[in-house]
Amino acid sequence: MSELTTEGNSVTSSTNVMVPSTHKGDVILSVNDLSVSFKTHDGLVQAVSHLSYEVRRGQTLAIVGESGSGKSVSSLAVMGLLGSDNANVTGEVHFDGKELISSSADTVRQLRGLKMAMIFQDPLSALHPYYSIGKQLVEAVTAHQDVSKEAARARALEMLNRVGIPSAEKRIDDYPHQLSGGMRQRVMIAMALINDPELLIADEPTTALDVTVQAQIIELLRDLQKEFGTAIVIITHDLGVVADVADDVIVMYGGAAAEQGPVREIFYQPEMPYTWGLLASIPKAGDEGQLDPIPGTPPSLIHLPKGCVFAPRCAFRSQVPDNACATTRPDFEITGPNHAARCHLTTEQRKTIRLDRKIGK
Amino acid sequence: MVPYIVRRLVVLVGMLFALSLITYILFYAVPTDPASLSCGVHCTPEAVAANRHRLGLDDPFYIQYWNWVKAIFLGRDFGTGYVAMHCDVPCFGFSWNRQMMVTDVITSVMPVTIYLAIGAFVVWMTVGIFTGILAARYKGSIFDRGVMAITLVGFSLPSFFIGLVILIFFVVRWQIVPYPNYVPPTEDFGKFFMCMLLPWITLAILYAAYYTRLTRSQMLDTMNEDYIRTARAKGLPEKVVIRKHAFRAGLTPIVTSAGLDFAGLLGGAIITEKIFGLTGLGSVAIKAVENLDLSILVAITLLGGVFVVVANLIVDILYAAIDPRVRVK
Ligand SMILES: Nc1ncnc2c1ncn2[C@@H]1O[C@H](COP(=O)(O)OP(=O)(O)OP(=O)(O)O)[C@@H](O)[C@H]1O
Ligand SMILES: [Mg+2]
Repeated sequence: MSELTTEGNSVTSSTNVMVPSTHKGDVILSVNDLSVSFKTHDGLVQAVSHLSYEVRRGQTLAIVGESGSGKSVSSLAVMGLLGSDNANVTGEVHFDGKELISSSADTVRQLRGLKMAMIFQDPLSALHPYYSIGKQLVEAVTAHQDVSKEAARARALEMLNRVGIPSAEKRIDDYPHQLSGGMRQRVMIAMALINDPELLIADEPTTALDVTVQAQIIELLRDLQKEFGTAIVIITHDLGVVADVADDVIVMYGGAAAEQGPVREIFYQPEMPYTWGLLASIPKAGDEGQLDPIPGTPPSLIHLPKGCVFAPRCAFRSQVPDNACATTRPDFEITGPNHAARCHLTTEQRKTIRLDRKIGK
Repeated sequence: MVPYIVRRLVVLVGMLFALSLITYILFYAVPTDPASLSCGVHCTPEAVAANRHRLGLDDPFYIQYWNWVKAIFLGRDFGTGYVAMHCDVPCFGFSWNRQMMVTDVITSVMPVTIYLAIGAFVVWMTVGIFTGILAARYKGSIFDRGVMAITLVGFSLPSFFIGLVILIFFVVRWQIVPYPNYVPPTEDFGKFFMCMLLPWITLAILYAAYYTRLTRSQMLDTMNEDYIRTARAKGLPEKVVIRKHAFRAGLTPIVTSAGLDFAGLLGGAIITEKIFGLTGLGSVAIKAVENLDLSILVAITLLGGVFVVVANLIVDILYAAIDPRVRVK
């Protein structure tokens, strides 16, 4: 840390910027300067650095970024699911009128599943193989509500019907292995929403599914959000999904937000080279084979570079004077009313590059 | 579930048949002659021949085997006239050393073995599982490290050592309990309990150490599963997550080991029985080896095999009860 501050460019204060959303709902979740590190045998893994964001009622926030960029870890930290083994979590998470990081484990547990819920990538391994889906759903209800088994089961059935499980009265006693992947993810969604939570975090909910099923699950999430007004944080690699459902987007790189803004601006006026790279790597109809993966590999989170974390892979770093990309970490800088990005390039340079390379078209 | 069990039972009968044949062949291939062994000091070749005939040992091997199997289900008569003896179903033959029917020998000592096994089983399963779960939950803590160290020691100590140490301290030095003197529980449960306590503990220490480690490692494995994260994401209290979700998922290998270990103990715990002067299957087996009492050895070996095979069946049925993926439609 001290190294960075002597550069006169503290990662701590100036990079911690809360970017307001264009969405007008009430703020439900507010994450402020969240950092997560893990003690490991190889050293301290800085998995999340100074992440801040807000989620509003009915809003969908998408978090995108390469594997290992800290998307899951930051969400698990919000949910209080990191465990205390080797994780060190700092910052603030405001939810339901409480600050969760400093709250007791039991306080956070009582919110989990009731007011904030989470679904995961692989619905087969996320469901307990030895209990019927009915049992698992009922358990989600009775964990928080003092109702009879029958009432809980009725609620489970209602949710199974709602998420589109055909002949739910029959399937409710099935075990997870008897359902298809798409059905299992529907069950997970039913389980997450069974207590009508205010916040749903979906960590790559479609990655393990067939393409056609993916679309159905996304559609289902969107419908349910409309119906219940749930705020959704969706983690995904799929920019198609982002374009489909997100109001706002956080692009993460090396554990920190690289860019954040409304979905339209991220797609049409992206402000930093990593986002440009991500957009260039989406397959577009018409130009098959034109995929441009970003060259290089993600940074080691144990030895983060001193300058811009993305600099080693950045094609434009030579355009920045004084080799600043290698020596100084760029601030998370406001580039529009609801938009911020972390890059040393000037606004003019970015505009020129976007025009030259047809980025955001 | 029922057809599954029926199918398993058919397989079980086949296995027992094979087991009996192998046991029989193994022991009857031993170059001893029960006829002359049972003849006594003043032995004449005629007497040996008569004995051999009475025991049916002059029949070809397959007839002998057939008669032996038949006797188990139908009983058998040995000899004629004043030496005639009837052996009731299930008949495993006659022990010339003991001058008793094998079945009577076994049924007279079986209760001791069964009580020994059940008591030790209850102690070690309770202690092992409980400690294992706690150690896993507080992994890396002083408690966990202490448990790991103690179980390692307990696990590496031979049972005669544990038994002797316990005997010397609890019986001889401190005289907390009297030297075990077996009393059937139906007669005086208090005395029975005091007599069995030390043998139970001796046997249980060994197994408890193993089951603690097994439970702990199973728990640590399952605690990393995605569905445990889901259970926590639901907001279930950690107690419930551990008991209902993690433990159940890690139960299968524990049940497997428990079934086989228990069955093994039913076959006799030789060393523990010896140390505490209990006459169970183990002691009888040792005596039978010393005296080359084949009819008893065959019966005990077969019985041991039956316990293991039956335990296996029970374990498999429990699997299906635990894991719905095992159930056959
Ligand atoms: N318990 C842990 N101990 C040490 N390092 C960890 C731990 N959990 C996560 N990490 C590290 O934290 C980093 C961020 O992981 P995270 O799972 O958040 O990535 P992600 O963005 O979700 O990637 P993906 O797209 O592959 O899911 C990774 O480098 C990972 O190795
Ligand atoms: Mg992830």
